[in-house]
Amino acid sequence: MNVLAIDTTNHILGVALLSNNKVLGEIVTDSKRGQTERLMPAIEFIMNEASMVPEQLDRIVVAEGPGSYTGVRIGITTAKTLAWSLNIPVVAVSSLELLAYNGKNFPEFISPFFDARRGTVFTGLYKWIDNTIVQVSDHTNVLMEDWLNMLKERNDQVLFISPHIDLHREKIIDRLGASSVVLDDVFNYPRPSHLAKIGIERESVDQFSLTPNYLRLAEAEVNWLKEQKENK
Amino acid sequence: MSEKNTYILGIETSCDETAVAIIKNGTEIVTNVVASQIESHKRFGGVVPEIASRHHVEQITIVLEEAFATCNVTWDDIDAIAVTEGPGLVGALLIGINAAKALAFAKNKPLIGVHHIAGHIYANRLEKPFEFPLLSLIVSGGHTELVLMREHGSFERIGQTLDDAAGEAYDKVARTLELPYPGGPHIDRLAAEGKDVLDFPRAWLEKGSFDFSFSGLKSAVINKLHNMKQRQETIVKEDVAASFQESVVDVLTEKTYRAAETYDVKQVIVAGGVAANSRLREAMIEKFSETGRQLLIPPIHLCTDNAAMIGAAGTIFYEQGKRSDAYLNAHPSLQLSGYPQK
Ligand SMILES: [Zn+2]
Repeated sequence: MNVLAIDTTNHILGVALLSNNKVLGEIVTDSKRGQTERLMPAIEFIMNEASMVPEQLDRIVVAEGPGSYTGVRIGITTAKTLAWSLNIPVVAVSSLELLAYNGKNFPEFISPFFDARRGTVFTGLYKWIDNTIVQVSDHTNVLMEDWLNMLKERNDQVLFISPHIDLHREKIIDRLGASSVVLDDVFNYPRPSHLAKIGIERESVDQFSLTPNYLRLAEAEVNWLKEQKENK
Repeated sequence: MSEKNTYILGIETSCDETAVAIIKNGTEIVTNVVASQIESHKRFGGVVPEIASRHHVEQITIVLEEAFATCNVTWDDIDAIAVTEGPGLVGALLIGINAAKALAFAKNKPLIGVHHIAGHIYANRLEKPFEFPLLSLIVSGGHTELVLMREHGSFERIGQTLDDAAGEAYDKVARTLELPYPGGPHIDRLAAEGKDVLDFPRAWLEKGSFDFSFSGLKSAVINKLHNMKQRQETIVKEDVAASFQESVVDVLTEKTYRAAETYDVKQVIVAGGVAANSRLREAMIEKFSETGRQLLIPPIHLCTDNAAMIGAAGTIFYEQGKRSDAYLNAHPSLQLSGYPQK
């Protein structure tokens, strides 16, 4: 089975091509350039290197978010359009689960996160159980401050994984001290080959109804809902 | 001897319509599907970019599917994929562009980025062949400009609005009159029952200028309403609408007429959302009836945003050898003059 994996949920681009469990190619770039300019050239490059044509693809795996609104849309749009035009299944995987995968077989809890501005993060809790990654709490958009206080009360050991670890490192160590584990830089990057690997075994979704996981309403919608409530 | 037909798939997502069309030989609509989001944006009183982008993602493959389901053309027939690259809302444009790139890759077809306004102009070629030189008045919520074409695929902007677009002025005045969004059709309807008695200003700018300005008019309307309210005079909305509309239409028609004379054009085109305005259509027909210059105004469904126009313009670029590549990006303020770059 040939699997193309796409992750554009943040500023890091990830594209990987796997044939069964063999990695034929993997591209990761971290750049200020927009994902739209980076994604398709990367796909074309990796397909060329593998001497593969689009018709040989059997499955698309895409990171569905959370992350940058524009970023997740670029990946989802590309993935669902490829799935539609090639008539192959598409699988959506959480970008947080993908990050948690880097903590393979860590015995305690894992909190993968992305910075979501204004002191908030997108995060959730995961745990490796019997060689499988399991989500143990809902994904949430929360103030890092509140998240750390909540974890402190639980008194568990927590591994933090994030490409934005530097923005929050001090606060994490300050708040959780010895019960926090923080990895070195390269282990904080989501890997598209991992994405493909997770997606190979996952049930596919109907591409027509595939939408990003924003984890947050659009601001205009929040305000509108608030207005509706006040007018009642 | 039979020549092969050219089929171009057009995709348009620059604002609040998710649209896909297939065009035959640049002149014939094979299929034209438009999913409008207007109902969703009404509650916000205007198009919210983030909401628009979210709807586009939800709709894009549904609209693609419907386009192929409603015609007999297959992927084997398609020669190229044309997509709006700008101007427009960046997040919205990106959905069409990424979908188009995925299709071009998956189906191994050429990709062509199309200027949205070039599309509005070429919507008319779905009705009648072009004769050059040709002058286009483009009027919409985002644009008010006069574009001269001496041949296919070449665009020279000879005038533009210095402040608000005509459609923007319509929306703002409509809001002041407490009319629902989108305001244009409501003003048009009210104006039909009113009289031009309020004598609003017309901005002609300096002599010989083909530029436009509507912010003064907009302020004049708002001030007038304010003063009338303070003096507790009855405001006849119909008259306000008629007087405002007459001022806009007067300037648009007269400037287009003068530009047509100056450049001695064969055809005059009215394009863009405001081309659906009944008074503008009527005034243009009147103005050009005895000039010997042919006036083209597309049917209403081709005035508003659609992908048929992108397919129509894309056909010309395809024939002229213009190609985009995998690096194609959105250009929210893409200029028409000098477009496309060779
Ligand atoms: Zn338009």
